[in-house]
Amino acid sequence: MIPRYQKVLFFLLLAASLAMAGILWHLRTRAHQRLLAGEDSVPTQAPEVTAAEPATLVVASDADGSLLPQDRALPLPADPGTRARVLLGKLLDVYAAPDAAHPVGGGAPGIAQVFLLPATGDAAKAAPDAQTAVVNLTGSFAAGHPSGIETETLTVLSICATLRANLPQVVAVRFLVDGQERPTLAGHADLTRTYLTANAVPSGGSSQ
Amino acid sequence: MRWISWAVAWMASAALPVAAQSPQLAPAARYGIVLDAAHGGDDSGGKLTSGQMEKAVTLAFNVRLRSMLSARGFAVITTRESDTTLPPDRRAEIANHAQAQACIPLHATESGSGVHLFVSSITPSRPTLFVPWKTAQSAWVARSLAMAGALNAALLHAGMSVTIERTFLPGLDSLTCPAVAVEVAPDRAQDGSVTAEPDDAAYQAKVASALAAGMLAFRSEKSEP
Repeated sequence: MIPRYQKVLFFLLLAASLAMAGILWHLRTRAHQRLLAGEDSVPTQAPEVTAAEPATLVVASDADGSLLPQDRALPLPADPGTRARVLLGKLLDVYAAPDAAHPVGGGAPGIAQVFLLPATGDAAKAAPDAQTAVVNLTGSFAAGHPSGIETETLTVLSICATLRANLPQVVAVRFLVDGQERPTLAGHADLTRTYLTANAVPSGGSSQ
Repeated sequence: MRWISWAVAWMASAALPVAAQSPQLAPAARYGIVLDAAHGGDDSGGKLTSGQMEKAVTLAFNVRLRSMLSARGFAVITTRESDTTLPPDRRAEIANHAQAQACIPLHATESGSGVHLFVSSITPSRPTLFVPWKTAQSAWVARSLAMAGALNAALLHAGMSVTIERTFLPGLDSLTCPAVAVEVAPDRAQDGSVTAEPDDAAYQAKVASALAAGMLAFRSEKSEP
């Protein structure tokens, strides 16, 4: 004969189990509905297109070793670091074009990141808000860069000059390749140095 | 106090690096010029359109220029005479210990045209007793610019296209002598077509002759840094 209190306990536990099963089923249904709602990819707002604004690319030419500013209208992000990366990407796109005066392959993907940091040392004396740009190039860009003092120097200086033309607070530039310091770009131009943007000014061509 | 001077002299001699490549040395009394054929050994440098590697072109040009300079009375010291690996710091060590009056690193490229002359981008400074290795060229930048001017004039006189630029170049920045890096690019016509590659013997001879004439002009100038 089963005692009465055991019967009562059995039915109480059974009721609790059924209640918990009901709650779990309810929660599962709600989670499923939330998931379906998240996958709704129908756009509800039109994407915003940033208006094009004036920008200057300082473009190198191998023919006469010159750095010449070219005015462009480009849609640029507001964040200075992202802005710098987009600008340098556009510069490398110019060099990757078939008829480029300073042919370098790779294009915009050659710029992995650009970090803007407070300037230190002598560079910091230039302005209270002076910044150092750390340009992280990709290894494939460096590996595919033509070898030569002039061509490597022009690439480095045009990057510095483009940053100076569009972000005047950038007074110094350092270079990394795949996040690491590298002795030279392609065997010649020293990448262990800090380049001052004031020394990278657009210049004329050769003497003939 | 004699032991102190003896110790200083011993330490100074111990600090002198031993010449690993037995560079071609010349009497110090003559006007010395160091020629540094860039790259070599494991470091091939760039590749030219002709298929030649930069290290071979610079070595051949090194031989031609050495002959031209020797014929004009210069004492020429070379950092390498064969296809050997030499790091930039070792090249600078050889040049600095030679105490030459001028140093010329030699390069070749497929980019651009004519002859490219490079002076270090280091900020000029006054000579001091002790100089940092990576900026040792700073006290000689003014003389290097003067040397580049003399070479530029001679190359222009020979009818060549020339560019003068500043750059940070490993090795060049550590030289303690007036130093100009010379990069030989293809000779091009007005339409951009190549008329002579950097490994062309006649073209190299023409450039070497003009550089030798430029060094003669530079030698006649005041030589203090």
